[in-house]
Amino acid sequence: MEQELVSHFTTIEDVQKAMFSHSYIADRSLATAVFLALKRRKPLLLEGEPGVGKTEIAKVLAAILDTKLIRLQCYEGIDVSTAVYEWNYTRQMLHIRLMEASGTKHEEEIKEIFGPDFLIRRPLLQAIDPANARPPVLLIDELDRSDEEFEAYLLELLSDFQITIPEIGTISTEEPPFVIITSNRTREIHDALRRRCLYYWIDFPTLEKEFAIVRARMPEASERLARQVCTFVRELRSMDLYKAPGVAETLDWISSLLALHQLELVEGSVRDTLGALLKYQDDVLKVGNSDIGKILQKIRGL
Amino acid sequence: MRPSDIERGERLLYRLTEFGRLLWEAGIYVGPRQMLDLVETLKYIDLTVKEDFYNTLKCCLLTRHEQEAIFDQMFHYFWFVRDNPNKKAKEKKGAVKREERRLRLPPSERKRLAEHMNTSDVRNEIRNDPRQTERRRYQDDQDADQEDDQGDPQGTAYSTIEKLRKKDFEDYSWDEVQEAKRLMAEMRWHLGMRPTRRKAPARRGGYLDMRRMVRRNLKYGAEMIELTRREIKMKPRPLVIICDISGSMSLYSRLLLHFIHTISNGLLNVEAFVFGTRLTHVTRQLKKRDVDDAVRDVSKAVQDWSGGTRIGDALHYFNQHWARRVLGRGAVVLIISDGWDRGDASVLRVEMDRLQHSCHRLIWLNPLLGSPDYRPLTIGMKAALPFVDDFLPAHNLNSLIHLGNILSSIDDSRPVRSPVARRKAVEAWTRRNNSSGM
Repeated sequence: MEQELVSHFTTIEDVQKAMFSHSYIADRSLATAVFLALKRRKPLLLEGEPGVGKTEIAKVLAAILDTKLIRLQCYEGIDVSTAVYEWNYTRQMLHIRLMEASGTKHEEEIKEIFGPDFLIRRPLLQAIDPANARPPVLLIDELDRSDEEFEAYLLELLSDFQITIPEIGTISTEEPPFVIITSNRTREIHDALRRRCLYYWIDFPTLEKEFAIVRARMPEASERLARQVCTFVRELRSMDLYKAPGVAETLDWISSLLALHQLELVEGSVRDTLGALLKYQDDVLKVGNSDIGKILQKIRGL
Repeated sequence: MRPSDIERGERLLYRLTEFGRLLWEAGIYVGPRQMLDLVETLKYIDLTVKEDFYNTLKCCLLTRHEQEAIFDQMFHYFWFVRDNPNKKAKEKKGAVKREERRLRLPPSERKRLAEHMNTSDVRNEIRNDPRQTERRRYQDDQDADQEDDQGDPQGTAYSTIEKLRKKDFEDYSWDEVQEAKRLMAEMRWHLGMRPTRRKAPARRGGYLDMRRMVRRNLKYGAEMIELTRREIKMKPRPLVIICDISGSMSLYSRLLLHFIHTISNGLLNVEAFVFGTRLTHVTRQLKKRDVDDAVRDVSKAVQDWSGGTRIGDALHYFNQHWARRVLGRGAVVLIISDGWDRGDASVLRVEMDRLQHSCHRLIWLNPLLGSPDYRPLTIGMKAALPFVDDFLPAHNLNSLIHLGNILSSIDDSRPVRSPVARRKAVEAWTRRNNSSGM
């Protein structure tokens, strides 16, 4: 079944269309990367500014493949017991008590407490579970937040798609998951891992593309408002800001404007809602001090 | 499959490997594994669509965003400019020859590439003054020979070393520079540790290691008798060095680069930047094992060697583009500069403030601080001082050793950054009543 779904996509256009039908507007280059990741079953490493839709790709991919999405959010200190598996210690100890009470203490039973029943499966183990009906999409989100040790572990996992649990043995799957890795570059990902992945840098979208995204995601916004918002955001990105607004911020902003029943950009409401776009006080001040009216005039002139 | 098809396929393979080599020359290190992978991948796309071919190559061969500009240019040149169709007839004759010729870009393309990679051959030649380097190298070799003759590999007695340590870099003779470089290479560096969020098995520690405990206590039944523990793992802090290489620093900058090189090779996690009017990231260049190679590579990468200084702008660029990438995990920042700034002092103030807020400790090394009558009164230095945690000299070997001690003593405690403490520190540094006899 899953084979059918993947082989269903024979061209890059197919992938692009399928993503579009789930309201994700992808460039041809991005669609190519996704298409190749599907065909080659290679992890896809996505980098880019925050809020350009890296995580979203995994969600869309899971939707178009009609499979489950397993998400591993990385953080500093993530280790095997939170990412791969852990033994259920409480249950183990209770079980030993029970065994003692009933007076049985055979080798067999002792082995049992290190059996699958007592195993807590964390995302990575779930992703390569042979019992999966079809290969899931594994999203390893913000890998840059994890430590080097975890990255090294991942390197091993991504090349063989097998996990060894000393007490049970090696678990592997015929059908490896589709892996999407994202990074915000707060730390450099090691070259060894990069080489094992297909690499794609997601840039801020062009004006037309962002407009299409807004239209697809926010159908309730008028075309006029959508265009004004996109042009305004593009103006902001050309200013030298500490954190330029991403697509996520654009969508956020437009929904704030809709909540205020705005039909087009007016200086007052722009100033009131800047917080949806800019997340640093310095940036808010910088934009606030600049001539917003002039920018708006320029936009309306378009 | 017709024979011509096979030929075409092989030709494509050949061209691809050639392209790989070209990328390698341009500094994009494409491994054989990646090439094999690419060939596998190309099966899935329609090779006649230029855009798809381009995207696929990019996806498979690149590993970071910075490479894209170089790649784009190489791609365009290799696949569309170099072999234009009307050259094909000639090519057949010269096919064998071509294999032997080293892949080289024509000068015009090289110039454009150089711009992309921030290098400029011409400027390098002027800057480095090759004759001088040549002479030095010759002298160097002679020195080595002499040492062999004398059979004294150390060459320097203890007292000489002691003198050398106190001597200002500025007054070094050529031999002394060599000796100083050798001594620097011998220095060992330690950086203060920070606790990570990972835990490792340990004899004692605040956390129970449940996994080992259950296993070990199985033999006692349900009683947990032997406790096993885990402790928080410690790791050295990352170090970020931002070094001034403008004209006013020229007496020091080469030796300081050597110093940065030894630090980067002695410590695990070091990012290095140099600046004059603009900031250049030189960590990769300094990764070279051989210090002379590394320093040569750095000077190639830098466009504004011995030019003016705009510290504020350089730090602004750093804060915008690099701070988030390299200042995570409690980094220590080391700025090496004499504080002669031609830029706007208010910019410098704002950027120093931001920088101090985003790092664990901000250390400023000033080579001029070595001379007893120096006062940090230039506009730039005055603007920056309130945001500096440590203000240290860097004019001789002793001062570097002193720096080493400070680096290894950095602990978890945050430096005091209250306005009062700042004012007091600045006053002390300006009056220089703490001048040590280094």
